[in-house]
Amino acid sequence: MNIPEGLLYTKEHEWAKIEGSKVVVGISDYAQSSLGDITFVELPKVGDEVKQFKTLTTIESVKAASDVYAPLTGKVVKINEKIVNSPEVVNQSSYEDGWFVVLEIKDENEKKNLMNAADYKTYVEGLS
Amino acid sequence: MEDTLLRQTPLFKLHKALGARLAPFGGWLMPIQYKGILTEHQHTRSSASLFDICHMGEFMIYGDVVKSGIENIITFSLSGMEIGKCHYGFMLNKDGGIIDDLVIYKLAEEKYMIVVNAATKNKDFAHLKENLSTDAKLEDISEDTAKLDLQGPLSRDILVKLVSERVLDLGYYSFGHFAAFGEDNIISRTGYTGELGYELYVKTSMAESLWNMLLADERIEPAGLGARDTLRLEMGYPLYGQDIDDKTTPLEAGLEHFVDFNKEFIGKDALIKQKKEGLSKKLASFKTDSRRSPRHNDKIFAEGKEVGIVTSGSFSPSLGMGIGIGYVENGYDWLGAKITIKSEKSELEAKIIDKPFYKEGTARK
Repeated sequence: MNIPEGLLYTKEHEWAKIEGSKVVVGISDYAQSSLGDITFVELPKVGDEVKQFKTLTTIESVKAASDVYAPLTGKVVKINEKIVNSPEVVNQSSYEDGWFVVLEIKDENEKKNLMNAADYKTYVEGLS
Repeated sequence: MEDTLLRQTPLFKLHKALGARLAPFGGWLMPIQYKGILTEHQHTRSSASLFDICHMGEFMIYGDVVKSGIENIITFSLSGMEIGKCHYGFMLNKDGGIIDDLVIYKLAEEKYMIVVNAATKNKDFAHLKENLSTDAKLEDISEDTAKLDLQGPLSRDILVKLVSERVLDLGYYSFGHFAAFGEDNIISRTGYTGELGYELYVKTSMAESLWNMLLADERIEPAGLGARDTLRLEMGYPLYGQDIDDKTTPLEAGLEHFVDFNKEFIGKDALIKQKKEGLSKKLASFKTDSRRSPRHNDKIFAEGKEVGIVTSGSFSPSLGMGIGIGYVENGYDWLGAKITIKSEKSELEAKIIDKPFYKEGTARK
């Protein structure tokens, strides 16, 4: 299981990459592997406000639909249109080309509710 | 359910070695996918895939079709069958509900093999036992029988090379006896994918060597139940326990073609009554206008009213859109009808269309 250092993670398997006052959001390798082939991605609109651990968007794999949650509260400032047209990119590159959105962070303190790579690794290992 | 309560096929270790993802199905721990459902689906449509179908049940019935009582249990005519042919049909309860869908092989005069679903095997056996006469001999050979399906447009060429030229003689829904994998195996030209394909029945002890021999051919890849499900749904084939069950009739499921009203069978009176009174619901096929998919148990709305329920739904890898089948109230199931499919998460626009969804299947070629 690929769990890069330097990112923060949620229990629902989203990752967050802090870049100054912004955060890039995607789903972890564990998430894409568990879901299997992703066939549909819906993205929020630029300008939408999202709350930490509330639904950010919905994705579908061949077998089921699932929610993706916002790792931090913030405003959507950028979306990755590429994964709407080619959802398989999320499977192929979940930490790079398969990112979902960029959020303008509203509350830096919320970062304490997220796991670092080592903690997330322990968490994932405890799931199987 | 704990994994320890689930049964394993004779190929279980090989699936693990191949890195398959396993999940419960019909009381068995089965491979759902190896490399991925989309890849396995496309490979089946373009080349050939190998499926472990050892979980399904096989029974032998010996006896005269009429005196044994078997003719009265099955919805199609066994009297008219030739040796070497298979036939798809049903066992019904007195209310016309489907106890199981099955395929019968006529092996010889007074000798038949019945292939049934995994989850229904015990109830099927009980129903047969109860309704067969003392003239019949019924035997469950499932433990001793392994079933491997080779499906895809290249499957004929492969079996001709690996097994026998005689594979060329097998027409759609016919079978032959071969000696390539131990004594007297059956290969039938049947399947559940819509592609040219074969189902191979061998002794359980031969399952591993057959699996390995076939996978050694570079044109063949293993495929799991995930791809089997998307492949069958693209053809509009029903899945027992999901699209049909003992509360639905073949008429409601649009499968009257496999019912012969010129003979007697259990459930016939109920079907005739249903025909007279008209059907209140019917299995319809529909596609969405996006990559979003209908899902099992989603509700179907038309003209602002709830008119049905989705029984199977998935993304269609071949068509690149969501497809599904489900029961729709009489009057709302016409071809071209616009429907809305609602779940907790979504509301999808869809249109009722004719099946099969996928029309390029090679099954009869």
